[in-house]
Amino acid sequence: MILRGFWKLTWIELKVFIREPLGLLATIGVPLIIFLLLGRSIGPRMDQAQRLTTFVQVTLPVFASMMMAFSAATSLISIISIYREGGILKRLKATPLSPQTILTAHVFLKLSLTAFTLGLLFLAGKRFYPIELETNLLSFTLALLLATTSILSLGFVIASAVPTARFAQPVAGAILYPLLAISGLFVPLDAFAPIWQNVAMLSPVTHAVSLLQGIWSGEPWSQQLLEVGALLANFTLCTAVSAKIFRWE
Amino acid sequence: MPSVVSVQGLRKVYGSTVAVDDVSFEVLEGEIFGLIGPNGAGKTTTMECTEGLRQPDRGTIRVLSKDPAKDADELQNRIGVQLQQAHLQKRIKVWEAVDLWASLYPQTVDGDALLERLGLDTKRDAWFMTLSGGQKQRLFIALALIHDPELVFLDELTTGLDPQARRTIWSLITDIRDQGKTVLLTTHLMEEAERLCDRVAIIEHGRVIEIDTPAALVRRHCPQRSVAFSTDWDGSTDTFQTIQGLDSVQRADRTYTLAGQGDDFVTEVIQCISQQSIRVTDFRTILPTLEDVFLELTGHGIRD
Repeated sequence: MILRGFWKLTWIELKVFIREPLGLLATIGVPLIIFLLLGRSIGPRMDQAQRLTTFVQVTLPVFASMMMAFSAATSLISIISIYREGGILKRLKATPLSPQTILTAHVFLKLSLTAFTLGLLFLAGKRFYPIELETNLLSFTLALLLATTSILSLGFVIASAVPTARFAQPVAGAILYPLLAISGLFVPLDAFAPIWQNVAMLSPVTHAVSLLQGIWSGEPWSQQLLEVGALLANFTLCTAVSAKIFRWE
Repeated sequence: MPSVVSVQGLRKVYGSTVAVDDVSFEVLEGEIFGLIGPNGAGKTTTMECTEGLRQPDRGTIRVLSKDPAKDADELQNRIGVQLQQAHLQKRIKVWEAVDLWASLYPQTVDGDALLERLGLDTKRDAWFMTLSGGQKQRLFIALALIHDPELVFLDELTTGLDPQARRTIWSLITDIRDQGKTVLLTTHLMEEAERLCDRVAIIEHGRVIEIDTPAALVRRHCPQRSVAFSTDWDGSTDTFQTIQGLDSVQRADRTYTLAGQGDDFVTEVIQCISQQSIRVTDFRTILPTLEDVFLELTGHGIRD
């Protein structure tokens, strides 16, 4: 019964999501556009500097993937706060659906969309990207889903804390993007003052970036144990915190 | 008749605000029972504690002989809930909502037939955000009825609706009762309570101040009734002083208003008019309403 409700809810949420053109563009379009436009504009000049080569080979695919994780988190945060404000969560809570089932359906949907977008990115990349993509798609998908799950759990903490739906998206952006800036993706970590390096080490975004860079470059999972552990620890901590402070109305 | 809902000594506090102070009432099988009172009186909190959505701070609640705080899972299959000011996903279609809700319960009625009964069959494929206020509320009634519950909770169902949509909803609620279900509703509209409810509890400041049928409450607290008529007749108001139970006579231009008490008062007035051969061009009786009862009991109007 509950499982039937879970699939039905996930399916309906998917349809509801697709009916919103802007959300669809942000989730699927933006990472793809960034990846292809930047890749094609920088690709031809790659030989001029090692920096540009690294950018095209690793930084850009990881950046596009992080955009997917961020858009999943931002959209989850705003959906939850809009649903809460509109009484939708409360209405669903007055049915036999357990609260956990409702939230799980949303997380599941976000992860599926992330995997779908990544698949599109690979397909488009094979055709249009300036260099050949040699990464193991399955391995990278797993890494991205782990990273996204961990960032989504941080999103739940933010969704629990924001007072109204109007604040949800700006607050999410104000937290996630600075974390990306100090994650070591664009500028090496040791370029930052020690205090920022410490913040970066505590941030799931840093470990997500590091994991994705490693797997994208073909490093084995055995070299990623620290990152995997950090992402799982962040997930456990954030889930515990949001279970405590989450509000249904 | 057996009691379907029993609330005894309910108290609920939010921070330093006492939302419900001491509320007790019983809802009997097959009746429409209304919790009535102004906004902020504690109606919704009382209802949400009864539905199992909130934990009371004190008091005993039994719904279908179960404790809603403990047996929520079992009760959810037997009660139908409509929440105040609820929404659905903006772009969910009417049939999708009904289909989702139907998938959550072991036994359900036919969704399409239900939509037809509620006059929503033409809106099957419409997005929630495109529905009118009355259509949204009818959809929420459908969702509350999809699993054929024994007891239905309706919270401020017609607030914000235009009079015509309101009347449609009223007749739907009467239908629910006529199918043998019990209805517990809240409203701050006295006309609604009077039209719909078999019995009402008047709540103010988190306390129940009266429980009875609307008619009994009116008889008890506002026994006075008035007769107003217009006429070209130009006699003295003293003519009416002989009428049994008369309290006052007022004259404004060509309209006389006679107020008095007693079941025979209106008959007496008619006889008097007839005896005096007064030619009347307009005649109406003005009966007190729940609104007057509320004013009498609390000293202020419900919308103050």
